[in-house]
Amino acid sequence: MRAADRDAAGLGPVRAFGFLAPALVLIGVFLVFPALWTLYIGITDYQLTGPAAVQPQVVGAENFRTALADPLFGNSVRLTALYALCSAVIGQNVLGFALAWLLRPVRPGLRRAVEGLVLLAWVLPGPVVAYLWFAVLSRDGGTLGLLLDRPATAWLVEYPMASLVVFNIWRGTAFSLLLYTSALAAVPPSQVETARLLGANGWQTVRDAVFPHIRGHVLTNTLLISLWTANDFTPFLLTAGGPNHESEVLPVLIYRQALESGQLGYASAISLLLLVGNLLVALVYLRLLRRRA
Amino acid sequence: MTPRRVVRRIAASALIAVVLAFFAVPMLWLAGAPFDARPGLGLRWPDWTLANVRATLAHPYALTSLANSVLLCLVACAVTTSSAALAAYALSRVRLPGRDALLYLLLLLSSVVTGTAAMVPIFVLMLQLGLIDSRLGTALVLAGGLLPAAIFILKDFVDAVPRSYEESARVFGASAGQVLGHVVLPVARPGIAMVLVWSFVNAWGNFLLPFLLLRDVGRQPAAVLLRTLQDEGGSVNLAVIPVFSLLYSIPVVVLYVLVDKRYGFRFHGGIKS
Repeated sequence: MRAADRDAAGLGPVRAFGFLAPALVLIGVFLVFPALWTLYIGITDYQLTGPAAVQPQVVGAENFRTALADPLFGNSVRLTALYALCSAVIGQNVLGFALAWLLRPVRPGLRRAVEGLVLLAWVLPGPVVAYLWFAVLSRDGGTLGLLLDRPATAWLVEYPMASLVVFNIWRGTAFSLLLYTSALAAVPPSQVETARLLGANGWQTVRDAVFPHIRGHVLTNTLLISLWTANDFTPFLLTAGGPNHESEVLPVLIYRQALESGQLGYASAISLLLLVGNLLVALVYLRLLRRRA
Repeated sequence: MTPRRVVRRIAASALIAVVLAFFAVPMLWLAGAPFDARPGLGLRWPDWTLANVRATLAHPYALTSLANSVLLCLVACAVTTSSAALAAYALSRVRLPGRDALLYLLLLLSSVVTGTAAMVPIFVLMLQLGLIDSRLGTALVLAGGLLPAAIFILKDFVDAVPRSYEESARVFGASAGQVLGHVVLPVARPGIAMVLVWSFVNAWGNFLLPFLLLRDVGRQPAAVLLRTLQDEGGSVNLAVIPVFSLLYSIPVVVLYVLVDKRYGFRFHGGIKS
């Protein structure tokens, strides 16, 4: 038995289980049970109103077949992948790392100002951030239109996905910045110095002297931010999926199918596909991480 | 300095300036528009006035919704932090059968099962339990979603508390409850503070769950009311929205500044590979 496992407090297994119980009950009722229940609701024709609301019938894999054949579902999967790839995997990752790297030699005052602003964008409540961007991108005298001298452009209507990507980079870069700042602090300075003395440029230094040390951080960061982004509901607050489904990412599709169309069974089937997608991404990541170790 | 290095330094400074502007421009609206006599969506120098503040305070639901937000957050944070602390302590100190499998499951749950992916069953569950429009019920759902990650964060901190402290306390005859209350919790205080703040910020900004589960406008938190105001539009709401957004943002900004002062906004190796 390792020292870390010693029951130093004399808690004993019974009391330990008692300590665990409240957390397990809450997680069981509000997380595990809903996740499993998605499976059941997904194979019924359950609806919000009407006869199928009272007596839902089991329809087997019908909902899944409908979803896979539904162009709106395919559209949402594509948009969700695009959203996660552009705004999280590339946008937040690259901007977060670039800032963490570039801010190292900067004066502490300026450095704190930049970090403070980026972090503030992260801690502000989601609905406020959504409104701030709604204002910036608005057709009625929004700031972007004024800056670019195109005051009558409805950015959210004409470029909905690009708007969402920029919005999500603004909102989420702080996490990558924090994580990479702490990761870079653990890279031995002597190796970076050696690379520089050998004449490596900035990019070569990052690739050969820094990256090998922070691979685990890059993986963890990429996994977390892409899962968060793919499951992010704030696009609903900015575009509500429109215009004409052009920015209808999966979370928005699920909401609209479930509560606007009342197709609870069908929406559940789509939720389950999203859950399976999340699980696959997480498992691939754990595989990659283990291979490294 | 070689010319190439000078160019590189200038390029880096320019990039930092662009990033500063990118992050500052949307936020500046929140500083000006609340006090502007003719608030609009674009950024401009305000004609200073406090009329919008009065209009917001007179709005029938503005203060109610902020009180609802406080209630939701307090319950969700208290439940999350207390049950996560107990669970983290048990998981850290006692080798229960199946502990490693449980930890692995929690790790997966915290990232894979999201409120968005489970919104339909959560809605149906609360509908059938008759808990639609129950603020307490919504707070518990919020807590359930926050718990797996909270347990992880806290377990890291509890693992770092030296066992010898507890052993000494036991030698002097302290009970298991006393050891937890008087030795472990005080030492793990930074971790508890971090989980409190983290769960507060999360619950405070959560839009989807209260939007799904609270239909009565008198029980909705600020997150949902802001959306309603935006949907309704109109010049009356344009006076209310900026002040309301500012009021709604102040608690998290204050918390952020406090945490930054006290602990520094850094990862202490908690989230590593």
